[in-house]
Amino acid sequence: MEWFFFALFGLAALVGSLGVVLSRNAVHSALFLLLNFAASALLFLLLGAQFLAMAQILVYAGAIVVLFIFVVMLIGNETMDDFVARERPALRLAALALVALFLAGGVYTVFFSPWGSAQGIADYGAVESVGRLLFTRYLLPFELASVILLAAMIGAIILAGRTKPPLGRPEE
Amino acid sequence: MDWVGLILVPFIKGIVILLILLTGTAYLTLFERKLIARFQVRLGPNRAGPYGILQPLADAVKLFLKEEVIPGHVNKPVYLLAPMLAMIPALALFAVVPLGPDIELFGRRIPLHMGDINVGLLYIMAIASVGTYGVMLAGWASNNNYSLLGAMRTSAQMISYELPMGVFIASLLLITGTMSVVQIVENPRPLWAWIWLWLGFPFYFITVLAETNRAPFDLPETENELIAGYQTEYGGFKFAIFYISEYLHMLTSSAVVATLFFGGWRGPFAEQFPLLGIVYLALKTVFVLFLFVWVRASVPRVRYDQLMSFGWKYLLPLSLVYLAITAVLVVMLG
Repeated sequence: MEWFFFALFGLAALVGSLGVVLSRNAVHSALFLLLNFAASALLFLLLGAQFLAMAQILVYAGAIVVLFIFVVMLIGNETMDDFVARERPALRLAALALVALFLAGGVYTVFFSPWGSAQGIADYGAVESVGRLLFTRYLLPFELASVILLAAMIGAIILAGRTKPPLGRPEE
Repeated sequence: MDWVGLILVPFIKGIVILLILLTGTAYLTLFERKLIARFQVRLGPNRAGPYGILQPLADAVKLFLKEEVIPGHVNKPVYLLAPMLAMIPALALFAVVPLGPDIELFGRRIPLHMGDINVGLLYIMAIASVGTYGVMLAGWASNNNYSLLGAMRTSAQMISYELPMGVFIASLLLITGTMSVVQIVENPRPLWAWIWLWLGFPFYFITVLAETNRAPFDLPETENELIAGYQTEYGGFKFAIFYISEYLHMLTSSAVVATLFFGGWRGPFAEQFPLLGIVYLALKTVFVLFLFVWVRASVPRVRYDQLMSFGWKYLLPLSLVYLAITAVLVVMLG
């Protein structure tokens, strides 16, 4: 039963990733990415990591892909047709090198790292255990990440706040 | 393997809940039209059947019989996907709402909810966050400037109002100490917690209004400036699906609000007679739905810049203050 669902969701994730790379339309790519994220969330659920599954949906499917589509809609001209005409062989080489790198990383992780014998924490998927780890062992990285995010937020506000209000908008 | 318990029972429960929700949605449209009419000193629909109770059926038949048209300039796969993506989150939200205490049926103990997951509150947030897609993709796939504008407004609006909503839900988590919606209903709550929750309720309700795109936040479909926004290019049954999703979303959100803030199925004698729990939940849901309609009948639509500045400059800081005070209260009184 578990194998059946693993195969199903794994296949969906694979189809999603291929679709992201192969589709010629940026919005279609974003939708395939959504499929991939949803399938990964379900894989997390199969592992008993409920918090990760929900965070995956909430952050990746609910915020990041929405942002992608938002940007694509703002910029417009979302097809790749004119890009292909200007394609250069150097780009293909770079893509091949990247694929080889990721493949090597994947093969190394699966066959040579000791993940199979690693001791798992009991109940690692629950909100309580993730929260406890975040506020004890990983407190410093957690706080640093929040400071970095705050800096990015202030930066965005400063960059966007400099423009004058658009014409016709009533003064506040 | 326990096939009956694992597959058959959830399947039957799912079908029953689906039927109840869709029928409820159909009658919600009548409920709203009748109420709005009364607010505006009119009679409302009263031709189909006594007091107009057959009106939803007549509407459904009309929409079913319309010709299916797909405009030539749309992005077809996304155009067809969008209505489904609008409907699924609206339905899925209901999965964590408990309908009553466990019941005994054919010698088998059956809990009256689809799933009691220990990340229930996060599930509600996650479903709310993917609720944007239907509207956004409909607007984009329609290949029409007005629709696109509607879609942009919706995505901005929903992302903005999800933040305060999440902070209010975090405050609720602080008070109840559990993420499981079933336990939130079943655990007793001290009086101060009820009073403090109800003080925060109006603000949470504002975020729900924005999430469901209901008046006064129905900017995605402003008919006077965007000719119905993302729905412009949709007709026939595909339009009906958007229409149903909006009301379905309203219904399931009201059930969630009733569960989180008004005790869900709890009420006098609900423990002894589980079916009474369903009645209590329905009554509380109808009360919240009445609030939705009441707001729509009373408040004019906000302007887009007002919507954004209210969300970011007032509601979000307010929710953060609420969260901070909640934390202090929980430590001092809890």
